[in-house]
Amino acid sequence: MSHSASQATGIGARIPRRELKRLLSGHGRYIDDIKLPRMLHAYFVRSPHPHARIASVDIEAARRAPGVAAVLIASDINSRCEPFVGVALHRPGHRSAPQRLLAADRAVWQGQPVAVVIADSRAEAEDAAELVSIDWQPLPVVGDQLQAIAPGAPTIHPELADNVAFDFLLEKGEPAKAFAEADLVIEEELRFERQMAMTLEARGLIADFDPSDGTLTVIHAHQSPFQMQDVFSRHLHIPEHKVRVTAPDIGGAFGMKLNIYSDEMATVVASMMLGRPVKFCADRLESFVSDAQARDHRIKCRIALKKTGEILAMEMDDIGAVGAYGMPLRFNVAEGMMAITIMGAPYSFENYKARTRSVYVNKNLIGMYRGVGMPLACIATELLTDLAADKLGIDTVEFKRRTYRPKSSLPCVTPGGQRLETVSFHECLEKLVAMIDYDALRKEQSEMGKRGVYRGIGIATFCEQTAYGPPYYGPSGAPISTQDGCTLRLEPSGSVRCITSLTDQGQGTLTSVAQIVADSLGISIDQVSVSGGDSSISPYGGGAWASRGTAVGGEAALRAGEMLKQNILALAGTITQTPTHALDIVEGQVVNIRTGQPVISLAEVGRIGYFRQDTLPRDYDTQLSVSASFVANDKLYYMANGVQASYVEVDYDTGFIKILGQWAVDDCGRVINPLLVEEQVRGGIVQGIGAVLFEECVYSEDANLLNGTMADYLVPMSNEMPDIVVAHVETPETSTKLGAKGIGEAGLIGAMGSVWVAVNDALKPLGAKVLHQPFTPERVLDAIARARDSKRDGQVQRGD
Amino acid sequence: MSTRDLSGHEDIEIDATLNGKPLKRRVKARQHLADFLRQELELTGTHLGCEHGICGACTVLIDGRTARGCLTLAAQISGKSVETVEGLTENGMLAELQKEFIERNAAQCGFCSSGMLLTAHELLSSGDSLSRADIRKGMSGNMCRCTGYHAIIDAVEAVMTTRARR
Repeated sequence: MSHSASQATGIGARIPRRELKRLLSGHGRYIDDIKLPRMLHAYFVRSPHPHARIASVDIEAARRAPGVAAVLIASDINSRCEPFVGVALHRPGHRSAPQRLLAADRAVWQGQPVAVVIADSRAEAEDAAELVSIDWQPLPVVGDQLQAIAPGAPTIHPELADNVAFDFLLEKGEPAKAFAEADLVIEEELRFERQMAMTLEARGLIADFDPSDGTLTVIHAHQSPFQMQDVFSRHLHIPEHKVRVTAPDIGGAFGMKLNIYSDEMATVVASMMLGRPVKFCADRLESFVSDAQARDHRIKCRIALKKTGEILAMEMDDIGAVGAYGMPLRFNVAEGMMAITIMGAPYSFENYKARTRSVYVNKNLIGMYRGVGMPLACIATELLTDLAADKLGIDTVEFKRRTYRPKSSLPCVTPGGQRLETVSFHECLEKLVAMIDYDALRKEQSEMGKRGVYRGIGIATFCEQTAYGPPYYGPSGAPISTQDGCTLRLEPSGSVRCITSLTDQGQGTLTSVAQIVADSLGISIDQVSVSGGDSSISPYGGGAWASRGTAVGGEAALRAGEMLKQNILALAGTITQTPTHALDIVEGQVVNIRTGQPVISLAEVGRIGYFRQDTLPRDYDTQLSVSASFVANDKLYYMANGVQASYVEVDYDTGFIKILGQWAVDDCGRVINPLLVEEQVRGGIVQGIGAVLFEECVYSEDANLLNGTMADYLVPMSNEMPDIVVAHVETPETSTKLGAKGIGEAGLIGAMGSVWVAVNDALKPLGAKVLHQPFTPERVLDAIARARDSKRDGQVQRGD
Repeated sequence: MSTRDLSGHEDIEIDATLNGKPLKRRVKARQHLADFLRQELELTGTHLGCEHGICGACTVLIDGRTARGCLTLAAQISGKSVETVEGLTENGMLAELQKEFIERNAAQCGFCSSGMLLTAHELLSSGDSLSRADIRKGMSGNMCRCTGYHAIIDAVEAVMTTRARR
């Protein structure tokens, strides 16, 4: 039997992202490709100092420069926008100073916008910006988290008593007792430097305020047009129905384009003041100093075990340096809270103690970026358990088999508070072990070691919170919607138009939605068009972020598809005088469910439904457009999981690390499109490898960024990356019909864990450990030198 | 004695070939080729990722060789032939690569794709048989932040294999 059209293109089919044909022909419409009539260009004058008083700003020369429409400073702009206070209401003690759009009398990070030049062209705006003269008086700088909490440290925001934004303690069971009674305690201090999301396309928007009717249209390279509709309306006092935000093609986002930025808000204010469209597109240097950054943590962690390998307790103490303000709406507690709550989640243990502190420093803001705090938890957990298993003489795979939470314990709540329902740790591990031929790989590692070639194997298990629900964001007070919606319309010709609240920054969410719609209606994907990312036309929704798009927006599409199908069948039944329950849709035809014989085409249903309603019974209620919204209103999140392995080689002489192999087994629930899922996992893995090996915003001690170019900030390129094998375990989410959980962050979380463990595994023959990310050759060599020194000292002492 | 305008605002006359057609224009001395293509000619398929020669998103062909559109001044193309993703799509030179890239989903956001396709086109133009490692090395001047490169390498390899069979 041949596959039907819907099976070939529906749920589970390998279909490339449908926009690719257009994008690969050079026909994309990214934000900087778009021109509007009378459009002006914005360029920001930014603080060159991490912390300085602004004694005066002279903009007269800039104002007179060619092509300049306006030069705006804090006194022009700030009062037009409600300040942002990035505080989560459900986190007692969380504090931030109000953030204004432009620095007025003091700048608190290098890159903070101070003035904006609006001109006919970007080049003229940049020329004029050179003429803005600012009298800076540098102030003492808080450069990192230890400086921030040191007694007598300068306070970044005088209205707060100190630099601590948030301090949270968590304790379950009796961790102190467990540590006292343990046979083995392993304790490490881990450091994670700041990094960038480094989307290839930088941030950008075009704000178009029409003073004649007071409407604001923003074309915004943003992951959530609905969030921004709310923000623009609320903070700029524009009635919400007069704000429309649309997302064009977007050149990568990774969470970074979910945040709220003062320069983007100021661009909108400039458009409102001038009554003309204004474009702002960051260049790469601006991206370095103004895109939300990620990580910047120091984590002390330890684990207590019995000789048998049973885990008695874990502890984590995290300090994150979150920049100069709380990130509006998304806050600055997320990385730390995720790290401490997900710590240890795959493993059985009962006693836990954790603390996270977010502290202010004179650096750019930390915001959303792929994985948030989840990779930190994965790394700490897997490094400690791997080192512990090694000390106890238990193979790491055997340790995992014994110590993972068994299926029989589900559902359960971990000591960190994670609810696990449908996780599949053991299945993923066994699949991975078979895939990498684990025993043979260990043998090869050992043989190579004898020849002086040092290789390491790292296996990392992770949990991935996906698709946060209203219990997660609601209590924080942030107007962030975790629902998504979908409108479906049968066109008169029998094809279907889908308008979703989702966005797509490359993941292929809109392709997945097309597959789901095709599947639920019994038609081919070729008969479905999908548009998204427009806050004015679809039902309200969230967008594509937090590994949620397909899981939530896909469920809405599925439900809308089922509704439309019933309406089509009812109309077809009325037209053909057949009971609805005797009909189905197969390959775009309404057929008799029993015989499979065509009864009426969708085109004929459409023709009569739209043009010949006069032939239907009086008062027949024809509804060929339907909308559905979906939210899991009792769920904090869905929980995806997986296991990854890295095989690496460390050159003890040069400190260089080579990734020889990378494998992933992922359980993201139902896989809608394996082709999209696999390359998204691989993309996440490569970002994860980049984070561990290369990526660092290098700051001087006094918070000056030292590497603001891509020549100095290294990212993974094809030459350093391995082939990556991806396999799936599918444990569907049980609370939805679709069963998808989410995949966006999995690749990165697991890869960061497995590379950390593998590199440290390769260093075990020396007793060396590298615990400071990224693992630059210098840090690896330092770790090796420290280990050799301490070995030599030990020998000397014994010799005495 | 004449004084030269060193501000970069001076106009310079260029006479070049663009996507197979003659192009005569006055360009600003300081404008780079990618800005010229994008802003003056509205050929927006050439993208800008870093504007300092690292990411490869702005790759174009000049006299058949890949070049960074951000490190080339528009004024430098006089007397030369420039090809962009738009021209090479229209004349079918990229068709095989585009087909394999699409089938393997060797792109996500698509922002790097113009540069990737042009670099791959040049890499395969010699007709040499390349190992997977050779292809990885040959493509390593172009950054992709979305994919894991794996599918891109697969696509380039597939085109090479198909051509070798012919």
